[in-house]
Amino acid sequence: MKIVITSSGEAMDSQVDPRFGRAKTLILFDTETGLHQVVDNTQNLNAAQGAGIQAAEHVSRLGAQCLITGHCGPKAFRTLQAAGIKVIIGAEGTVTEAIENFRAGQYTTAEAADVDGHWM
Amino acid sequence: MIIAVASGKGGTGKTTIATNLVLSLEGSVRLLDCDVEEPNAHLFLKPRIESTTSIGIPVPCVDELRCTACGKCGQICQYSAIVALKTKPLTFPELCHGCGGCARICPSGAITEVSREIGTLEKGRSGNVEFVHGRLKIGEAMSPPLIRAVKKYIRQEGATIIDAPPGTSCPVIATVKDSDFVILVTEPTPFGLNDLMLAVEMIRELGTPFGVLINRADLGDDRVRDYCRAQGIQVLLEISNDRKIAEAYSKGILMIEVRPGLIDTFRELYARIGDIVSSGGSKGLPYSSEKGEI
Repeated sequence: MKIVITSSGEAMDSQVDPRFGRAKTLILFDTETGLHQVVDNTQNLNAAQGAGIQAAEHVSRLGAQCLITGHCGPKAFRTLQAAGIKVIIGAEGTVTEAIENFRAGQYTTAEAADVDGHWM
Repeated sequence: MIIAVASGKGGTGKTTIATNLVLSLEGSVRLLDCDVEEPNAHLFLKPRIESTTSIGIPVPCVDELRCTACGKCGQICQYSAIVALKTKPLTFPELCHGCGGCARICPSGAITEVSREIGTLEKGRSGNVEFVHGRLKIGEAMSPPLIRAVKKYIRQEGATIIDAPPGTSCPVIATVKDSDFVILVTEPTPFGLNDLMLAVEMIRELGTPFGVLINRADLGDDRVRDYCRAQGIQVLLEISNDRKIAEAYSKGILMIEVRPGLIDTFRELYARIGDIVSSGGSKGLPYSSEKGEI
């Protein structure tokens, strides 16, 4: 299964980025192979509007089934939900720790967005 | 003639000048208040409103039975207002700019346009002045579509005076575009000068003839005049700071009511602008400064 974790850096010991839409980097991790891919998200970091929507679309295109992040806004959440992607919010620590917690079944999926949008 | 009254810095006196100018003119005249986020010309003109119209922008509505999930709508959208995932498209009407691109590009004709209200347009009369303004809905971020609706009431005969929003961004450009002349109202202070320079840069990009009006001219310093002189920009008029005008303003009373001498001043201003426009613009005219007599 492929999962995406928002990250503040490219290394696996980088801190989980608490933002989703405007996260600097997305780490795509395959739980079956243990391999990961670093995906740049600066285009959405700098977007005037729709950053969360675009990031969600990107996660969908990467083939991920689950997103792990700190917070998720309403438009991003709606887009992820439409794409059938599970959302985990409130993740902290490093990307590696987040993956371990996920594998240990420590996270619950979110039912709704937990923050407002930045623009509208 | 179509004259837009803009500034750069807010609070310099755009609405004051626009309303007093239009009321000083005779014949077929109209005032279009394009500061749709915060219209205030009506406070001074006190028009009798004759009609109110809802103004909307077209946003997409997807017929899911016709949609093939090809994704073209999401690809063309520049604003993330329509997103096509593997399933049917999601729309975010509040982000939509009403460009119509998605409806155009859909190969299955699955997208129709419905109107999303962004504000209202009010039309009325104040004496011989025809009045139109827009009121943008609170929370709405996009003014240009409503500004364009107000500008539909521009007519070539007589005078159309347009009260612009402050600043130099999208709403201002949408307002002053295609005017015959722009009056840039400023004050002789460092803030006034800073924002005047930005406004001049904007107007020069548009290529519209323009001139400067210095309001509350005896306050502050000479840097605005020095800048205009150095740039070859004509100072059309200077109006002194006048407590009587300020007191009247605070009660919604026009300056021409307390200083009737200004009526002739505004008529002469209009005539001078007419000369500039018919002679092909104010590029290269020497610096000169007319003082308004109160």
